[in-house]
Amino acid sequence: MDGRGILNGLAVTIKHFIATYVDDFKRKNRYFTPEGVKYRSSPEVEGIFTIQYPEERRILHENFRYIPFLVYDEGEDGQRDIRCTACGICAKVCPAQTIWIVRAKDPETGRPLSKPAEFYIDTTLCMNCGLCAEFCPFDAIIMDHDYEIAVYSKDHMVFDLERLLKSASYYQRIRPTQYAEKAAEREAKAKAKAAKAARRGAKK
Amino acid sequence: MAQPAVAAPDLTARFPDLVTPDTRKGYSGYIVKPEGLLEFARALRDEYGYDYLSSLTGVDYLPEGQMEVVYHAYKITGGPPLVFKVQVPREDPVVPSVTSIWPGANFQEREAWDLLGIRFEGHPNLKRILLWEGFWGHPLRKDWREPYYEGEHKPFKNRTAGPHFWHEDHTPFGKNVDYPPGFDPYAWDPETADEVLYQSVIQRTRKPRQEELHSEQVVVNLGPQHPSTHGVFRMIATLDGETVVALEPVMGYLHRNHEKIGERNTWIMNIPYTDRLDYITAMSNNFGYVLAVEKLMGLEPPERAQYLRVIMAELTRVMNHLWAIGFLLNDLGAFFTPALYALEERELILDVFEAASGSRMMNNYMRFGGVVRDIPEDAWDMLVKLVTDRLPRKIDELDRFLTHNELVRSRCMGVGVLTPEQAIAFSTAGPVLRASGVPYDVRRAEPYGIYDRFDFDVAVRYHGDVYDRYLIRLDEARQSLRILQQAIRDIPERGAPLLAGKPQYQVRVPAGEAYGRVEGPKGELGFYVVSTGKTNPWRYHVRAPSFINLTALEAMSIGNKVADLVIILGSIDIVLGEVDR
Repeated sequence: MDGRGILNGLAVTIKHFIATYVDDFKRKNRYFTPEGVKYRSSPEVEGIFTIQYPEERRILHENFRYIPFLVYDEGEDGQRDIRCTACGICAKVCPAQTIWIVRAKDPETGRPLSKPAEFYIDTTLCMNCGLCAEFCPFDAIIMDHDYEIAVYSKDHMVFDLERLLKSASYYQRIRPTQYAEKAAEREAKAKAKAAKAARRGAKK
Repeated sequence: MAQPAVAAPDLTARFPDLVTPDTRKGYSGYIVKPEGLLEFARALRDEYGYDYLSSLTGVDYLPEGQMEVVYHAYKITGGPPLVFKVQVPREDPVVPSVTSIWPGANFQEREAWDLLGIRFEGHPNLKRILLWEGFWGHPLRKDWREPYYEGEHKPFKNRTAGPHFWHEDHTPFGKNVDYPPGFDPYAWDPETADEVLYQSVIQRTRKPRQEELHSEQVVVNLGPQHPSTHGVFRMIATLDGETVVALEPVMGYLHRNHEKIGERNTWIMNIPYTDRLDYITAMSNNFGYVLAVEKLMGLEPPERAQYLRVIMAELTRVMNHLWAIGFLLNDLGAFFTPALYALEERELILDVFEAASGSRMMNNYMRFGGVVRDIPEDAWDMLVKLVTDRLPRKIDELDRFLTHNELVRSRCMGVGVLTPEQAIAFSTAGPVLRASGVPYDVRRAEPYGIYDRFDFDVAVRYHGDVYDRYLIRLDEARQSLRILQQAIRDIPERGAPLLAGKPQYQVRVPAGEAYGRVEGPKGELGFYVVSTGKTNPWRYHVRAPSFINLTALEAMSIGNKVADLVIILGSIDIVLGEVDR
């Protein structure tokens, strides 16, 4: 109890303090560059490790998840092919029950179609758990990377179909690995189907 | 460590009139008649060595017209539980209180009274613990319904199809609460209610007023809005001068009836909800829940998934202990310098979690029979660097920074002492129990997952004071790093399966009961689940370590100065999301 413990502790603080400046001198690109941000969130970091949002942003990992969006494929003449088939698995698996789907109906026969007419996600309830995206059989609902979704009114927090739709190329950009995996899966399935059909054709 | 093989005692032979084995399909243990409960419990504790009552909860079997109280008792030397139940009719459920045998049953019995309406005869302080006195009914009863009732279980029919509506449009103000008959919310005065509470605390230690000295005992409220309580938690302390003579924790401000939500959810929907119990240690919570359900389903996760689970759970422990130490120092008045040094390392661990699970804190990473996805390669490299180089270095630095600091030592040593006997009796768990000299760790006492493969020591300290509770967290973080180093060495190659069976969103869980428990960073985290074979659990109970550790708070605080209450509470390391559920 002679104060040596305190002095040793203060030495640690001083070390931290000095390391901040040493690191600033050693590294030129420490701030406002992608390399700098990457370094400051790596296990090698010494000194300051905070990121100065919004000038700098964290590098999001591919698996990062936030409020989901719906994927559409761009058709050749610019139409949007919504992947969702309104099967309702996402609405059934959603723990907070935030998804409302209205099925589209054939305007002539009145029969339900496998497309959504309306699709709502109540983002005041959504807890970003990602179960909807995980169990979607059509790769149609994907967890987003866009976390800046502040709005002025509560009513804007219920995302409708128009707000939810994003293109497949956006999907590919934010989740390249997952996109490639799922595309390969679909291709393999289509191939198997074609092969099966071909076999059947041969038998006949 | 192998436990000496002791045959399970044949209790039906010992108590032929009182005890029958539980023969329902999927159930185990004994059914005890209520009139013989105390005799049975005393024999269990004193003759058979089941001195640690881990969990006590109730189940409402509405179709059978019965209420059941379920007890899980353990030997503090390790081994499997002894499960026994008491069945009473639903209309008038009265069960003798076991607080005289296991004082740790105190809060748990109050909770069962509060949520299920089971009266415990002989309980010293049987009143609501999580809800307030203006609440009507006991919400975990199966026939209890809230004013805006949507359905018995999810998915709710009115939500999944059709256009969106706002929930609150269906529950206009004034119609969204039910009050007990005769209760007028406008006549209710919180101050009178508080006065009753204060009197009950004062009564315990009432001393005659000393006229000549003008001295009197004073009641002091700490919280619920106070930064030192780590959330909304309240301590009512009676002081004699500056010394605490009695203390009562008041909680429930963050109560959301997690268990009722859990019973309406399908099995898989509960996984993201468990994240929100103790929101610092979401991975461990996932682990405990999936373990309980896997016991019912008879699933065994594949090898790589087992290792990933251990890696995540141990990283969580390191992270939690860093956090706990940092904030204990905050409570001591070392404003945020130590806390931020600790948080820096926590951020890096969270980066690994984010890469693997997609979220930093609400991980939702484990599934029945495995984990949801593999940890990406860049995150794996980061993990290896953290575990082998950075974290050991930084924990040593924290040690150098704080352990020998004279101010820390003089504030913490000898403060908030809990003796080993008390620690066991109050059913405390985790660092609180082990800092009192009881080397009880679920990972060793009843290994789950693949913990029996790792070489590590159960950290133990012997003084039971705040300082030892600080030291034991450093020790445990180091032991966790040892486990992590072995795990990253032994884990099977990437590409191995991560899930037993196919991913399913509607799992079939056979009927029965199961109790899954893990050694969470805060202590023993247990999940008691009952399935009837339907898509959602019939009963879902969480044995929350921080909640039960608070049972010992009064014993720790009595005789200490009021200024030390803050660090005594800080040394238990509670998270209100888990205490209040």
